Amino acid sequence: MAKVFIYPTTSLILSDLVARFGHTPLSAALQIREHIQTPGLESPPLQITPEDPKRGLKWAAVEVPAGVRGRMSLYGPMIEQADAAIIIHDADFSFGCMGCARTNELIQFLLRKSGIPILDLRYPRTEEEGIEFVAAVRKFLQELDGGDA
Amino acid sequence: MSLVRIAQLSCGPEYSGVQKEIEEAAKSVEAEIFFPDIKLADIRQGFDLFGLDVRSPDLKLAIARARALVEGKVEADAVFIATCFRCAEAAIVRNELRRYIHENSRLPVVSYSFTERTTAGTLLTRMEALTTIARRRALLAREVQEGLTLGVDSGSSTTKAVIMQDNRIIGTGWLPTTGVLKSAEDAIELSLKEAGIRREEIQAIGTTGYGRFLVGEKIRADLIQEELTINSKGAVYLADTQHGPSTVIDIGGMDNKAISVQDGIPGTFTMGGICAGASGRFLEMTAKRLGIDITELGPLAMKGIGKTVPMNSYCIVFGTQSLVNALAAGSSPEDVAAAACHSVAEQVFEQQLQEVDIKEPVIMVGGTSLIQGLVKAMGDLLRVEIVVPPHSQYIGAVGSALLASGFIKGS
Repeated sequence: MAKVFIYPTTSLILSDLVARFGHTPLSAALQIREHIQTPGLESPPLQITPEDPKRGLKWAAVEVPAGVRGRMSLYGPMIEQADAAIIIHDADFSFGCMGCARTNELIQFLLRKSGIPILDLRYPRTEEEGIEFVAAVRKFLQELDGGDA
Repeated sequence: MSLVRIAQLSCGPEYSGVQKEIEEAAKSVEAEIFFPDIKLADIRQGFDLFGLDVRSPDLKLAIARARALVEGKVEADAVFIATCFRCAEAAIVRNELRRYIHENSRLPVVSYSFTERTTAGTLLTRMEALTTIARRRALLAREVQEGLTLGVDSGSSTTKAVIMQDNRIIGTGWLPTTGVLKSAEDAIELSLKEAGIRREEIQAIGTTGYGRFLVGEKIRADLIQEELTINSKGAVYLADTQHGPSTVIDIGGMDNKAISVQDGIPGTFTMGGICAGASGRFLEMTAKRLGIDITELGPLAMKGIGKTVPMNSYCIVFGTQSLVNALAAGSSPEDVAAAACHSVAEQVFEQQLQEVDIKEPVIMVGGTSLIQGLVKAMGDLLRVEIVVPPHSQYIGAVGSALLASGFIKGS
């Protein structure tokens, strides 16, 4: 079973696809849930405190905006754990949405730099493309160690 | 007090750990922050029609929300725009949204670029101004001072008191702020003495400035108000430009305010200053280093040519270093004074005035407006004739006294 980073990390469909093929999705929902459920300072809505952008310094320098570093404090550890990644380009907002373009660029760069297997797909716009999309995801996940055949 | 609903348009505060600070600042002025709720289809249409093709989805959402507010699809009393400090894409959106809302609606709007260090305290004055504009339009519409009123401006550097009677200033007091309460009491005494009246005769009192709450509580003020709205009101009143657009610039001892005013009511404003190098404090230091009184700096600067001295007061430490180097290299005190004035004006111009639409008349107020060299430098940068009204150094106290007359019983 491999840990698969999904992009957009908020995509529930992608997260579900990864889980269905026997792998562990690394998604924003899980990371944010852990944040919210961890007792500590009350800082709604995501329980991110000013300490988190400081943790983000591991992945982005101090002159990088606080919002990018705060996001990286969530996604950085996920990238470090990832055995593989699926990146969907030009995804529709309803499929999953990542708020900050600069964070998105940094996430994709760090994933590529890590050398893990990456599946790059364009978001499907027709039914036919949708079928091909799912087939490509399935093939990629099946070829990863520990995936369901 | 009615709850003011402030629509938040933002990118990043929840990920920077400052969303709670924004909400706390709003709560402390009886306001509520909310995110305008819009449909997915409206998001796509919103930013497409706006025409700014940004990459960050959160900024696209902010644009769509702004359109919904302007079109009246979502109701709000005021708008707060917040994006990350140092993000170029967000800075473009922040400025354009503020301008768009200002030009197309009556909603007061303020914007802020935050870091993870932003606190509720930093945001308080801005939120207070937003809620005042939303809540007290009737009070801010006052154009004439009536009765006998006292205004006190407890600033970070100086404390000012003004007594007004029947639309005239009859007493003034001005002292450096040492103890907040003591300085206020002494300034009030000076103004009472000049006016030749007793304290019991005062019919209403207003306070503003950093010490407004402490002083206001002590002297039982009828109106305790932040300086953004008070100074706007005071500026257009003193400059006799109460109708139409104007721009108010107040370079203070600790921070600067640039306010875009329409009919005496602030529309958009910025408040801040990265470092004391962009404030009156740097000019005080310059005067001290030149061995002159701050009142002599302005006339001295008028005789000098600032361009001959390299000076950048972006940081007060480096600015002071430039000052020392220039004097050591043989620059004349006149040129150094002019360079210091130009440097402060340039910092305010670059850091703040870019975020406000400059509309004439441009009115400079506050103690620094008496430094002619600074006014000239600002005028040169903006390429306008700056208006410095009489009593401009008492702006906060005059604005407070003017608005306090709305609290006279039977008024």
